[in-house]
Amino acid sequence: MEKIYSRPVSLNPVAFNYCPGCLHGTSQKLLCDVIDELGKQEDTIAVMPIGCSTMGMFAFDFESLGACHGRAPAVATGVKRTAPEKLVFTYQGDGDIGYIGFSEIMHAANRGENFTVIFANNGTFGMTGGQMAPTTLIGQRATTAPLGRDPSYGQGMPIHMSELVASLPLPVYVERCSVDTPAHANATRKAIKKAFDIQLAGKGFSFVEILTNCPTNWGVSPVQSIAWIKEKTYTEYPLGVYKDITQEG
Amino acid sequence: MEKVFMKGNEAIAEAGIRAGCRFFAGYPITPQNDIPEYMSRRMPEAGGVFVQGESEVASISMLMGSAFNGVKSMTSSSGPGLSLKSEGISTMAGMQLPAVIVNVMRGGPGTGAIQGAQMDYLMATKASGHGGFRMIVYAPSTVQEAVDYTIRAFDKAEQYQQPMLIAADGHIGAIMESVELPEMRPVANMKKNYEFFPHPGFGKTRQQVYSVDLNLKAQEDFNRYLADLYDIWNRDEVLVEEYLVEDAEYVIVTYGTSSRIARAAIKALREEGVKIGMVRPISLYPFPYDSIRKLDPNKVKKILCLELSIPVQVVEDVELAVQGKIPIESYGRAASLVFTPEEVIGYFNSIK
Ligand SMILES: Cc1ncc(C[n+]2csc(CCOP(=O)(O)OP(=O)(O)O)c2C)c(N)n1
Ligand code: SF4
Ligand SMILES: [Mg+2]
Repeated sequence: MEKIYSRPVSLNPVAFNYCPGCLHGTSQKLLCDVIDELGKQEDTIAVMPIGCSTMGMFAFDFESLGACHGRAPAVATGVKRTAPEKLVFTYQGDGDIGYIGFSEIMHAANRGENFTVIFANNGTFGMTGGQMAPTTLIGQRATTAPLGRDPSYGQGMPIHMSELVASLPLPVYVERCSVDTPAHANATRKAIKKAFDIQLAGKGFSFVEILTNCPTNWGVSPVQSIAWIKEKTYTEYPLGVYKDITQEG
Repeated sequence: MEKVFMKGNEAIAEAGIRAGCRFFAGYPITPQNDIPEYMSRRMPEAGGVFVQGESEVASISMLMGSAFNGVKSMTSSSGPGLSLKSEGISTMAGMQLPAVIVNVMRGGPGTGAIQGAQMDYLMATKASGHGGFRMIVYAPSTVQEAVDYTIRAFDKAEQYQQPMLIAADGHIGAIMESVELPEMRPVANMKKNYEFFPHPGFGKTRQQVYSVDLNLKAQEDFNRYLADLYDIWNRDEVLVEEYLVEDAEYVIVTYGTSSRIARAAIKALREEGVKIGMVRPISLYPFPYDSIRKLDPNKVKKILCLELSIPVQVVEDVELAVQGKIPIESYGRAASLVFTPEEVIGYFNSIK
């Protein structure tokens, strides 16, 4: 039998610490795949957030460091400015990037920093137990929005990070992806590869949003969570390329 | 050695460059704006990186990244900005990443008075953030000392792989004095010499640096490692000036700009035959407890703590050293107002 797929070399042979069916694991494995393909295991520095996905720290077999909650883009600025030859990325959740770290993501993007942000949008605070995130859908229940998110109750509207980042002049490439089907996972892999290629060519800031899930705090099974993404998440957060100036000039 | 006439803030910045600092990130705040301004033109000349961060929170985070790469790094701010940096400083202590943080102190609480003051003593020495970590804290009293202790702070940050603090008051930042600048040091990257406390689960061959450990035993061992480190600092890193204390019946405890005023007052009182001297902590942490503990209660009638702060904060460490054996008085001014030597003498005469 021919072996057509194996664990990426840059992924440690340990179990992810995520809940069953959590797509953080899928997304982080895709990242490692691309790093292998680029032959960059020895030259990658990951800046990890505070959130469930911090657990990637045990899985990644390359250099990494842990930022304070929300500050990964500022940490990555310090990393990349002092080691421009490295492949640098942040991996951040929606609470991390859309609430507490909103300033850091917008200003790193606005400076056109030459690194890549991977944004895992699961519409909830996974780590702390399902509180409302800036991306929580209207009507979606959270432990701090027990009746469901209601903008007329002062809980705001779902925030669209890809659209906001794409509205700035300097980011080079912004795409929203998903990993709910193998085809979408492949497309996400391509988007990550493209973002890293842009960085390695010194072209500037790249941003890949991945729609992920949180079966545990959504209160559904892993299979149901996939249906949820199709039925609810896509409507609020359409997939697509929001900015790509690699083709211009 | 090069002798120049320089403003305290700029001298601190230049000292950083000469110590090998090649990354600076900061956000403007009075009374330290000359530091980022100077760095913005000097850093590129020296082949380093200057970033105006979008906030103090972002600036300290940027240092986390540059220090991870082994680049000597510095940030500066004043009171409110230090409050914002505190999570990041604590995290760097947990990550064992070296950096030099400069607090050019102003008034408080809150926005306070924006010129010089010494109102951050307790913050600097007891809790510059959460989690019980400490930094070696230097309080310069001249522009020359600002240069010398900035360089020393870089050395100590590297030696102990921890963030270190310069607590300069706004007056030291603002005055101009003649100062000898040391030779430019060759730039040395620290990364290959980094040694991290072993955390199970993280790479042994790859540099993976976090302030979180899910292994509680390992986390506690690391806390113990830090506690031992602070013991070493208390043994080896105390810096103090004892001025005319041998025969003193009165001892002033003070630091930074206040110590200059105290020195003038002591000279005038000595001329009148008053036996008075001064203990001047140069390292605010570790505090020179021994210099105060050894004062003879049969000889020293009173200790006077002087600080540009109301309430006077340094008195808490003096009380710890004195253990009630010598009466302590304290006198402070706040809101960026400064006592004169005459005012200090007047207060002394009222309590002696
Ligand atoms: C300064 C600070 N505030 C709050 C927290 C607690 N906290 C940890 S993770 C988290 C939310 C994470 O949510 P998200 O970024 O969406 O990541 P997820 O766990 O969903 O992947 C919070 C609020 C913290 N660690 N630090
Ligand atoms: S809590 Fe949610 S986001 Fe966190 S690991 Fe579990 S499923 Fe994933
Ligand atoms: Mg989330």
